[in-house]
Amino acid sequence: MQLALWTYEGPPHVGAMRVAAAMEGVHYVLHAPQGDTYADLLFTMIERSGKRPPVTYTTFQARDLGGDTAELFKATALDAWERFRPQALLVGSSCTAELIQDDPGGLARALGLPVPVVPVELPAYQKKENWGAAETFYQLVRAFAGSRGADDAPRTGGKPSCNILGPTALGFRHRDDLIEVRAMLDRLGVAVNVVAPLGASPADLTRLGEADFNVVLYPEVAGQAARWLERNFRQPATRTVPIGVGATRDFMAEVAALAGIDAPPDEDPSRLPWYSRSVDSTYLTGKRVFVFGDATHAVAAARVARDELGFAVVGLGTYSREFAREVREAARGHGVEALIADDYLDVEQQIAELRPDLVLGTQMERHVAKKHGIPCAVISAPVHVQDFPARHSPQMGAEGANVLFDTWVHPLMMGLEEHLLGMFRDDPEFGEGAAPSHLGAAVEAPLPAVGDAVGWAADAEQELRKIPFFVRGKARRNTERFALERGVGTITVETLYDAKAHYAR
Amino acid sequence: MSAAATALRAPGAERPVLRERGQREVFCGLTGIVWLHRKMRDAFFLVVGSRTCAHLLQSAAGVMIFAEPRFATAIIDERDLAGMADANAELDRVVARLLERRPDIGLLFLVGSCPSEVIKLDLARAAKRLDRTASPGVRVLHYSGSGIETTFTQGEDACLAALVPEMPAEAPEAPRSLLVVGALAEVVEDQMRRVFAALGIGPVRFLPPRLAAELPPVGPRTDFLLAQPFLAETARVLEERGATRIGAPFPLGAEGTTLWLRAAADAWGVPPARFREATAAGEKRAREAVGRHRAALAGQRVFFFPDSQLEIPMARFLARELGMEPIEVGTPYLHRQHLAEELELLPAGTALSEGQHVERQLDRCRAAKPDLVVCGLGLANPLEAEGIATKWSIELVFTPVQGYDQAGDLAALFTRPLDRRARLRV
Repeated sequence: MQLALWTYEGPPHVGAMRVAAAMEGVHYVLHAPQGDTYADLLFTMIERSGKRPPVTYTTFQARDLGGDTAELFKATALDAWERFRPQALLVGSSCTAELIQDDPGGLARALGLPVPVVPVELPAYQKKENWGAAETFYQLVRAFAGSRGADDAPRTGGKPSCNILGPTALGFRHRDDLIEVRAMLDRLGVAVNVVAPLGASPADLTRLGEADFNVVLYPEVAGQAARWLERNFRQPATRTVPIGVGATRDFMAEVAALAGIDAPPDEDPSRLPWYSRSVDSTYLTGKRVFVFGDATHAVAAARVARDELGFAVVGLGTYSREFAREVREAARGHGVEALIADDYLDVEQQIAELRPDLVLGTQMERHVAKKHGIPCAVISAPVHVQDFPARHSPQMGAEGANVLFDTWVHPLMMGLEEHLLGMFRDDPEFGEGAAPSHLGAAVEAPLPAVGDAVGWAADAEQELRKIPFFVRGKARRNTERFALERGVGTITVETLYDAKAHYAR
Repeated sequence: MSAAATALRAPGAERPVLRERGQREVFCGLTGIVWLHRKMRDAFFLVVGSRTCAHLLQSAAGVMIFAEPRFATAIIDERDLAGMADANAELDRVVARLLERRPDIGLLFLVGSCPSEVIKLDLARAAKRLDRTASPGVRVLHYSGSGIETTFTQGEDACLAALVPEMPAEAPEAPRSLLVVGALAEVVEDQMRRVFAALGIGPVRFLPPRLAAELPPVGPRTDFLLAQPFLAETARVLEERGATRIGAPFPLGAEGTTLWLRAAADAWGVPPARFREATAAGEKRAREAVGRHRAALAGQRVFFFPDSQLEIPMARFLARELGMEPIEVGTPYLHRQHLAEELELLPAGTALSEGQHVERQLDRCRAAKPDLVVCGLGLANPLEAEGIATKWSIELVFTPVQGYDQAGDLAALFTRPLDRRARLRV
């Protein structure tokens, strides 16, 4: 049993819903009790979908458990088929139905419906949302792409072509990333054969084998299906996720190599490189940043933070346990130890200890950062209604890099303002808790005391108050730690500046 | 899916009720935790369930609420499913960790879920065991909020019913007292206290209290008024403790509030003149506030999808005080006895439905072309996309709407979606 206050991922059947809701012509019959329909509002409220997700729930009750829940499942599946007439029926269980072991796959097949039935078994007590999405997508790809032999699939011969795999409903900026990636492929002269799951029908999936290679945008969702396609259709897949200027360039080169065409000329249409080199950005240098999210976005964000904005990555972590190896490797490259955790309290603890200048995280970290008075930008799911902006706001490609620059830099104190606050801290307008003027009010989080063993002399306390509030907490902690380590009982002004010199190394 | 849509005669009210069975687009009883944990400040709710339960709780209100909540989920995993002894030991470990982290907890609810019910994890026994062994001063109780047994607000009913056996017995010579039952906003409680004081009714106590440690006494000298229509089990166990229910419509709208107060006043023998004196100003204010919305709502046809069991009192309010025409009033469960006074006030010919087959109900709704649909968050945007105005029903539960001084706010909840459509030129 695990104690959870908030979770980064939902149960695996929500992952299956994200795939079904992204596709056309698929209907998901879910063996589930009443209440599990809450998942509909993720799509209708958070993503503002104007359609209900294509899911029918059996809604069994306690009194059905002694009776025939299997019959209820069959009646529901038949009803759903008659009402929605999908090209394929996806069937499975939520956590509670898994316990009653009714075998939705077998029951649905026994109905003899005139469309394919794809059962998905998602162990709800072991696995989570992204795994559920990946498994569902994989089962659909196997069921439909696999219905044609590898050799039947005619390669187009002329223009090289690829599939784009990974975008789902309720994905973090998937809608906008897809537009960017399509445009990139178009500039390279690579045709897009099928995009899946987003917008694909089961009939589209049967054509997957016709492409020369696969572009995998979100390995958390599409990695498993892409590996299967690689084995069965000899379709190689891209490994680079084009988030950031460097990764976009690498991605273009990788696609060109897979397509057997000349690498594109190195002309980067993103404004990020110049914005980052412009003198105004000097103040970004070495800002300490903590990164947490799904594996793909966290690893990509850490690279952009260090290489393209000149930040120092002081922490990197993910809740995607399936990708722990990749994230550990990336963290080593940044000289930090990866945090692999799905308990947000562990993440909060690390943020509190590191006191970074900026947090790049999920909505959870946004709230943690707010509590601690640290600027934050959101880079990854779990999604919130704000992660579906009305404007085009991709993370990938050249425009994606522009978006990253803006959304990560804006929460930070602007350069000259930071200096003015430091120089004229007695100005009442810069009073206690003054935040960057473009951000509204922020609060200084109370800090856990390092220990009771150290006290502050009145003049030192006074001097500490002259330090701008947004670094005061860090200064207090560092000074107390410095004093504690040296057995200094009372912190004086001298101790304060000794500590400052010590930590400024 | 049984096509058992049968028309029954509701006893006590000559009304046919369409009873349906099928997909229910409603929350389970766990959702009540979202408001109950804020209501009782020393109580903590530990759901013993799955990742789905945890995900529901953080998604249910349509937003994620990130202040550190006084609820959590003990997520059952495959190791727990291997053997019951393990699951109990694991639960003890989780509770110990929780109590260590939150020394402010005075009352811990173990809340049963669909998975815990299906694997027959005996939370009653676990609560008894933990009640003895947990930190001193921490009571441990249990109830079920599972979706196989409870619909949305029935979770509050189950929670309050679990509190009733813990209520102290009233002293033998205790004066007659009034208990108001159902979680209410604090501002509403305070207004009610003032009106009851003016009526000379008292002492007045509330269940749930703001602190679980301050449970009111109960006994044969206790009269109780339900402030919410979904408290069947709580009422039953209060009656078992000797208390007497005062039947009344619910305190929604000017008329509903007056009738609710009058039921108590009549039971306590308050003279009519004193009743008028104590309520006239509040009722007048409420009628004026509601009246401002009448022009926008009169004659508009409204359709209710089942959600919180508040549907029938809401429909009564909209019909009688705002002149709306309820076409179909769906409710997850119709408690004929507790709603007898409400059903009498509902316009003749209002179609009632109990339970749900959401697809058939959507068919009826589209065919009826209502001016306003009251429904849950899963249906609202899809119906709006079809051009149908909606009011999210969850707001009726999460907003202070009872009593005279909230009657205008309640009317405004229904006006706003129509007003918004009238303003927009996009």
